[in-house]
Amino acid sequence: MTAATTAESARAIAWRRRRAGIARTWHEFATQKAALAGLFLLVLTVLLALLLPLISDQSGLDVTRVTGKPLSPPDSQFWLGTDIDGRSVLLMTVWGTRISLLVGFCATALSVFIGTLIGITAAHFGGWVSAILLRFTDFFLVLPSLVLAIALAAVLPQGIWTIVLAIGVTAWPSTARLVRAQTLTIESRPYIERARALGGGHLHVVTKHVLPGVAPLVLANTTLVVGNAVIADATLSFLGVGDPTSISWGAMLETALNNGAVTRGAWWNLLPPGIAIVLVVLMFTLVGRGLETVLNPRLKGRHS
Amino acid sequence: MSQAIAPDQAAVLADPDERRGGTGTLRFVLTKIAEAVASVFLVIVLGFFLFRLLPGDPVAFMARDRPTDPGQIAELRERLGIDKPVLAQFGNYFVGLFQGDFGESYIERRPVLDMIGERLWPTVLLVGSATVLAVALGLWLGIRAAWKRDSFFDRAQTGIALTFWSVPQFWLGLLLLVATNGLFPSRGMHSPDAGPGFFAQSLDVLHHLILPCLTLLAVFYAQYMLVMRSSLLGEMNADYLTTARAKGLRDDLVRRRHAVPNALLPTVTLVFMQFGTVVAGAVTVEAVFSWPGLGQLTYDALHGPDLPVLQGVFIVLASAVVLMNLFAELLYRVLDPRVRTA
Repeated sequence: MTAATTAESARAIAWRRRRAGIARTWHEFATQKAALAGLFLLVLTVLLALLLPLISDQSGLDVTRVTGKPLSPPDSQFWLGTDIDGRSVLLMTVWGTRISLLVGFCATALSVFIGTLIGITAAHFGGWVSAILLRFTDFFLVLPSLVLAIALAAVLPQGIWTIVLAIGVTAWPSTARLVRAQTLTIESRPYIERARALGGGHLHVVTKHVLPGVAPLVLANTTLVVGNAVIADATLSFLGVGDPTSISWGAMLETALNNGAVTRGAWWNLLPPGIAIVLVVLMFTLVGRGLETVLNPRLKGRHS
Repeated sequence: MSQAIAPDQAAVLADPDERRGGTGTLRFVLTKIAEAVASVFLVIVLGFFLFRLLPGDPVAFMARDRPTDPGQIAELRERLGIDKPVLAQFGNYFVGLFQGDFGESYIERRPVLDMIGERLWPTVLLVGSATVLAVALGLWLGIRAAWKRDSFFDRAQTGIALTFWSVPQFWLGLLLLVATNGLFPSRGMHSPDAGPGFFAQSLDVLHHLILPCLTLLAVFYAQYMLVMRSSLLGEMNADYLTTARAKGLRDDLVRRRHAVPNALLPTVTLVFMQFGTVVAGAVTVEAVFSWPGLGQLTYDALHGPDLPVLQGVFIVLASAVVLMNLFAELLYRVLDPRVRTA
């Protein structure tokens, strides 16, 4: 009975400390204006992407039901002009947000999952497991990820899930290295030894002590990875390996290059999707750097 | 894809595991070479897996748009050697690679190695010139920015570099194309109406080179600048600089003779470490400008898809990156006495 209550209260203490830690992190994060602005814009963009089917009409994206003339410059009806098929560039750019964010988030989730798994395994088990995993990680770290992603995208069926897979399985090594380093630091602390001495197995140590310990750094890293994934998605779509029927920023730029918008100097076909990419990447970078400053102990007190 | 590179590679260099041991240079060099050989072997295995096993039967693929009778299919299967078991196929493929046999293009029906050979020099020209310019510009700006830390110049340059860094390369290329509006050729490497003679031909190639080179430069220099800046900032408070100043040396002498040589180290190795990013940049930029290099070859093969060509390019580029990294690690050892004597 008493044992149960102490166990319960120990858990309660752990959670209370965790909540306090999150609150402290948030306060430190909120003091950085740029990171806060990035987060605000990011939330706004995600909300817009989610609510888009309610507030905007998708029919304007259908090539057979267009109303505009091909490649007409921005005017009062089409604020950002039209593309080669006469579709509104503004509408396409706004709808492109959905694909880019979807691919960015999914690819990042996959890559962070692989990276965390490999990083923790390598650090926790040590020995030859660690040696093999580290060689493997270094190999993938060195490999030109775009070339590998192109190779994967070329042999798998076309579509956004192929892009997600291609980015996910090429982007994980940096996360794995980061997680491994952090796991090693955590596992060298006395409370891990105590947990082991009390009979905690691998699963207990990893899930109760290591995972909560690496989670903050993984979170900061994730935010930075999303930005890279968005660029990688745009690059792969631009190279023509994406889903040909869906509208994404990379695909818009590919159409602009191959269907004559570039040779005719139709800058309004280029600027909106490109600026959208840069803005989204910048938002993730701002938030990620902000989080990193707060969460990475090595960066504390450094101002450059 | 370029953003995550710098911290990782700094981590690779600073990893305590890599510096441990201290059992002499020869052992270090041999270990590194063995690791690189293992990596190249992995690249070859990966190439086999990706392009031979994953896509399924190449004969079915090649026969998909033309009527082929079973006899022809069997003959084709025998000629390509895919009627044998997987391990025997891998053996043939592996031995073939070392005899220069990278297979035959599905589309052009030519040896892949010849196609790669033709495309190699344009890529080397483009990537080489862009890298040299990017290193020069990056170092110069990075040194200036760090020396006048937190000045307007520093803030402005860092901001510009970070912006260029988050811009997709191909988009920058497209913008340059539209902005210059016909001032420079938009496609290829030669124009048919260029005059004969070495000088006229070189001028023509240069004319075609400017835009793609500028695009790569804009994206590459940022990394060199940021690394040079932070590396020099790390040296700024070092005691030996105080000594140099106390001797009464002029400010720019302190910078040029004392601070910069020490800060140069990470940047020099970065040039070779960055080869993977450079390759990725070349693929997209060559696709934009139809520059007849390996990137353009990849882009065209991707739309076939011409799997043997993609396989060949993958193996060549990935192996080149592995070798460049090996070179960077060895160079670091040579240049940094602290690592050498460790």
